[in-house]
Amino acid sequence: MDFSLTDEQRMLQDGLRRLLTSGGTWDAVAEMGVIGMLLPEEKGGYGGAGSDLMVVFEEIGRAGSDLPLIDTGVLGAGLLAAAGQDVDDVLAGGARIALAHAEPGSRYDLAHVETRAEENVDGWRLTGRKSVVVDAPNATRLLVTARPEDHAPIALFEVDPKALDLRGYPLTGGGEAAEIALDATPATLLWADADAMLADTHARATLAISAEALGLMESIRALTVDYLRTRKQFGRPIGKFQVLQHRMADLLIEIEQARSAVVNLAGHIDTPDRDRHVAATKNLVGEVARLVVEDSIQMHGGIGVTEEYDLGRLAKRLSMVDHRFGDTLHHLERFIELSA
Amino acid sequence: MNLDYTPDQKAFRDEVRAFLAENLPERLTDKGRAGRPLTKRDHEEWHAILNSRGWLAGHWPTEHGGQGWDAVQRHIFEMETTAAGAPRIVPFGVMMLGPVLLKFGSEAQKAHYLPRILDGTDWWCQGYSEPGAGSDLASLRCEAVRDGDHYVVNGQKTWTTLGQYADHIFCLVRTSKEGKPQEGISFLLIDMATPGIEVRPIRLIDGSVEVNEVWFSDVRVPVANLVGAENMGWTIAKYLLTHERTNIAGVGFASAGLAALKRMAKGQMDRGRPLTENPHFAARLARIEIDLMAMATTNLRVVSAAAAGQAPGPESSMLKVKGTILRQEINNLAKTAAGPWALPFQSEALEGANDAIGPEGTRRATATYFNNRKLSIYGGSNEVQRNIIAKAILEL
Repeated sequence: MDFSLTDEQRMLQDGLRRLLTSGGTWDAVAEMGVIGMLLPEEKGGYGGAGSDLMVVFEEIGRAGSDLPLIDTGVLGAGLLAAAGQDVDDVLAGGARIALAHAEPGSRYDLAHVETRAEENVDGWRLTGRKSVVVDAPNATRLLVTARPEDHAPIALFEVDPKALDLRGYPLTGGGEAAEIALDATPATLLWADADAMLADTHARATLAISAEALGLMESIRALTVDYLRTRKQFGRPIGKFQVLQHRMADLLIEIEQARSAVVNLAGHIDTPDRDRHVAATKNLVGEVARLVVEDSIQMHGGIGVTEEYDLGRLAKRLSMVDHRFGDTLHHLERFIELSA
Repeated sequence: MNLDYTPDQKAFRDEVRAFLAENLPERLTDKGRAGRPLTKRDHEEWHAILNSRGWLAGHWPTEHGGQGWDAVQRHIFEMETTAAGAPRIVPFGVMMLGPVLLKFGSEAQKAHYLPRILDGTDWWCQGYSEPGAGSDLASLRCEAVRDGDHYVVNGQKTWTTLGQYADHIFCLVRTSKEGKPQEGISFLLIDMATPGIEVRPIRLIDGSVEVNEVWFSDVRVPVANLVGAENMGWTIAKYLLTHERTNIAGVGFASAGLAALKRMAKGQMDRGRPLTENPHFAARLARIEIDLMAMATTNLRVVSAAAAGQAPGPESSMLKVKGTILRQEINNLAKTAAGPWALPFQSEALEGANDAIGPEGTRRATATYFNNRKLSIYGGSNEVQRNIIAKAILEL
């Protein structure tokens, strides 16, 4: 058993942390080779282990970055590579990819796809609605899921985002998304039977967002401990009050639990019991995220919910982790089903 | 033991219901249901409607324009108005300053200010907290120094709710540095048109601007604006904190919030069934409802004792802690119920600029969740309330 990082991973961690604290751009992050670290060699990358994803996304979270690395790097590049496409340009940072999969009524159900694909002499055309498509307003490539008929497998298509009238809106805690209406929109078929690759990339995306949550928790913890040490009321730092010491101690314990849950998933991302670990980790991380968000704000008082102080944005990002790739309730139910 | 309202209380409840059915503008309830913020004009409109019936300050004595309601009547009124989706009464004049003036104010102050609160001439805000004086309110430093017939006020207040709408502010100010910090605080009424006052908005993470910083530099306030005696401010502040807050549990808000949550969750499909049929969601919803049923009765027990003439005192701390935890739990579950629709940032600042995203009931769930983190922070944080319980009830 060995929980340590490789030398290469440690260098990646240090480099990425330095880059992000100095306001790392998309191009700079891509140039560092970060996107390639998210894919294994057989798919054109040079990393792709669970621990690689954990290292990268913990740093993304620690910095509170809203770079769309999950969308382009994990979902986008992951699906393209699985569909046998060349991803060299994507790994070099030459594309921003959004995945239009979720629909207005799908909630967190990956299998819920009502968008219809029809083939005629000119090729494929898609009709349906996709919702909260993260980073779609900035995407240069758009992947879209649809079914040719009711019970057919989900197929993966590519649509030219320039052909759509996309109006973006901001996301809570940073980033953008769009609602997409497809009306006989021309599309290129990438893969006809995409259920397994969707499950696969979403499992990896769940690991990524869980690691991001962990990084956010660590930053929030540091801010809160610092505040407990410096904020004075009743003539002493508020961190001297036992009730706050215990509260902070409980947060520490739970954040360590979250770290272990992320380690568990990172270690099982390519094993047969992956899905049970996905459910366990996302459930636990969601529960801890709520505790960290609420208790860190409470220990800060009013300053914790002001726009000008860092905590608010970090807390918003952390809180939103429970609203992508399944929430605590969804994964609790999944875990029970998979454990039966 | 009899848990029913008396015939008189039932008659009063019916009277309130009938009045609301007749007079509560649909435009205002629609705004409330959609979670859209009310403008100053909206608040004034509702205050005027209530005042025309003598119900804006029903708990004030009749000689000052109230109805002399007891605590149970107030409770009935609050429950009925929140259930009907009426705007809340802006508390600073009616609920806070009014009772203070009735108890501690001079006859001249009562005669001048009380009618102006009722008819909407004055909009009050509260100047209590300071950047260095939050939970430790008694350490406040905003200073009022006597100069002839005036006090000269210098310092800063913060978290002043709706200060941007206000033309008057009641402040706790330091008038003495002798003795314990609590003993050198006075309660002062300040006209915000006085030179030297600056109001700066604080933007919150839900995108709202409802709180402000208020800065005072050499602001001259007539000595006649002192309420009670000099250095008596802490007594007045404590009176406000414990005696005039029958609605502190927020039972009406919690009931309305729970009803809205259930409506919204029923419309959200979760793997082919309404979310309310997800057993894990249903369990959390049930736990909230069970807690709320008990808290409503805890609240009524305290309210009944208050109506019988026993001051609620430190029991209001209990209601504040339990009530805010419950309301925050409702807000959290609403955010959960919104699912992926919790992701779009839909702040009141963006209202109208963007098409709203997602089903109506989900749109404000995230903003409300973050905005209501304040419930356990303001009005004496829940930690301070627990200290009060430990000291005043448990005598620890």
